[in-house]
Amino acid sequence: MLSQESLQQIDREIAKYPPDQKQSAVMAALRIAQVEKGWLPKELIEFVASYLQMPAIAAYEVASFYNMYDLEPVGRHKITVCTNLPCALSGGVHAADYLKEKLGIDFNETTPDGKFTLKEGECMGACGDAPVLLVNNHHMCSWMTKEKIDQILAELADK
Amino acid sequence: MSASGLILAGVDGDRTWGLQDYVARGGYSALRKVISEKIPPETIIAELKASSLRGRGGAGFPTGLKWSFMPRSFPGAKYLACNSDEGEPGTFKDRDILRYNPHTVIEGMTIAAYAMGCERGYNYIHGEIFDVYERFEAALAEAREAGLLGQNILGSDFSFELFAHHGYGAYICGEETALLESIEGKKGQPRFKPPFPASYGLYGKPTTINNTETFASVPFIINMGGEGFLNLGKPNNGGTKLFSVSGHVNRPGNYEVAMGTPFSELLEMAGGMRGGRKLKAVIPGGSSAPVLPGSVMMDCTMDYDSISKAGSMLGSGAVIVMDETTCMVKALERLSYFYFEESCGQCTPCREGTGWLYRVVHRIENGLGRKDDLDLLNSVTGNIMGRTICALGDAASMPVQSFVKHFGSEFEYHIENKKCLVPPEVQYEGSQIYVRP
Ligand SMILES: Cc1cc2nc3c(=O)[nH]c(=O)nc-3n(C[C@H](O)[C@H](O)[C@H](O)COP(=O)(O)O)c2cc1C
Ligand code: SF4
Ligand code: FES
Repeated sequence: MLSQESLQQIDREIAKYPPDQKQSAVMAALRIAQVEKGWLPKELIEFVASYLQMPAIAAYEVASFYNMYDLEPVGRHKITVCTNLPCALSGGVHAADYLKEKLGIDFNETTPDGKFTLKEGECMGACGDAPVLLVNNHHMCSWMTKEKIDQILAELADK
Repeated sequence: MSASGLILAGVDGDRTWGLQDYVARGGYSALRKVISEKIPPETIIAELKASSLRGRGGAGFPTGLKWSFMPRSFPGAKYLACNSDEGEPGTFKDRDILRYNPHTVIEGMTIAAYAMGCERGYNYIHGEIFDVYERFEAALAEAREAGLLGQNILGSDFSFELFAHHGYGAYICGEETALLESIEGKKGQPRFKPPFPASYGLYGKPTTINNTETFASVPFIINMGGEGFLNLGKPNNGGTKLFSVSGHVNRPGNYEVAMGTPFSELLEMAGGMRGGRKLKAVIPGGSSAPVLPGSVMMDCTMDYDSISKAGSMLGSGAVIVMDETTCMVKALERLSYFYFEESCGQCTPCREGTGWLYRVVHRIENGLGRKDDLDLLNSVTGNIMGRTICALGDAASMPVQSFVKHFGSEFEYHIENKKCLVPPEVQYEGSQIYVRP
């Protein structure tokens, strides 16, 4: 169900924990699975659970507890904007409004072409760089301006 | 980022994080000293106590004392955990420590492991800063390669394995027992205490958890001695501290200064008030700390005792600066939403109470406030505080109490007039996207 490369990555994570504590690797394993498949359908979570020899229900609990796992399909690029207070004081909400306007969608929606999903985020620990947004969970974009947002959207649209 | 102080002294952004540069800055000399001189663990813990280093994660607990709680002669495995799950709104210091000077955390943790007899450790890194997680892994690989980590460190009989573990979007995992649950591959729901982690921690074994900045301070304490570190700050508030300054200033960023530095100086370092506007309020220690009026803050120095005397907490050292364009009701509304969203749902007072607080503040902000809403807010917070498993309940309540206490008239104006005291166009202007000069 997952590529050889993903499985190797998961094996590297498992090796970080004591041999009888494979379940500790579940957060990393779900992340690796999500990067390969785009989101986490039920079967994929079950696969990860069986790979780690843990009950499927325990893996679901983890997948649904942490916000960055997507249990439903998202666009090719997921953009998460921080609107928490420290960011809002430096334009976090305005940046989010600009993204909504440009993409023609609200939070938790996906553009009709399936390219972009927009999410509202909580503090990412980068408030000094506000406005900030996170692209596909792993790429932090700092000091956003309208121009920089335009540029990022244009680059992502081609990918 | 300012490059003064200790932990960030001499670092040059992204260019100098590697082992070679760290060693050139004097890095790993403390670990070498500990190992070559076979310094007894008790001596290290005594130096920490003398330094009066207090935990940098929020609670300010004395680090040396915490380390002394670890059972000395426990036969089985003991663990060490570093809390880099920085998600307290306003806090962004650990990210800079980890991306610009990751080896100081590795060195500090290794010395801690030596002092407490831990064989294995994990650094729990906030999921949203994934690039920092990758960098930390690269730094770990460098340290292992150089014999500074792993089996028989520097040829001695001391071994310590250290790994990185990432979060994936849950503020509550910053709470130390939720963090342990999360490393175990579970939902991040805090545990009842006692038992405390020093007796029942990761995988049920004795565990010590410290913040990133706490560990990063350790090599400096070994090198300059506990007293040397203490003297950088002021009595009972040893050393230097990173302050994350955000909000309405000209140069938001991290500033590492001596404990006891006047707030007014810190504000000046951060470039002063944006657009020369008037200071209205400051949250001095991350979103969970009580807000203080600007005039009160201007008389404070940045240390645990001064901020606590003024009625707030130094917390994580996150200084959120708000100017006169800020509507305090709206500001509180956003924070209350955060705690409601991030409550893990285990205890009824927190799960129900945070939702209630948010709904009441939300209706006040939207012109639907009722006459006795302020009393209601105070009674709800009273029913949350002290009645929950972890401190998130208190963290959600303190902002509400302090906003109402210091800016009550703004809330009353909202309720009576169904609108903000600060005109919408002024608020709009003050919350524009900040384009750095
Ligand atoms: C809701 C909540 C969130 C917390 N978040 C963090 C955090 O992000 N980083 C941190 O170091 N400590 C955080 N703490 C405090 C930790 O529980 C713990 O006290 C700290 O990591 C201990 O390290 P120290 O003694 O070095 O400060 C949080 C506590 C609570 C209740
Ligand atoms: S106080 Fe809130 S966050 Fe903490 S354990 Fe209880 S429900 Fe969870
Ligand atoms: S408030 Fe937005 S990153 Fe912290």
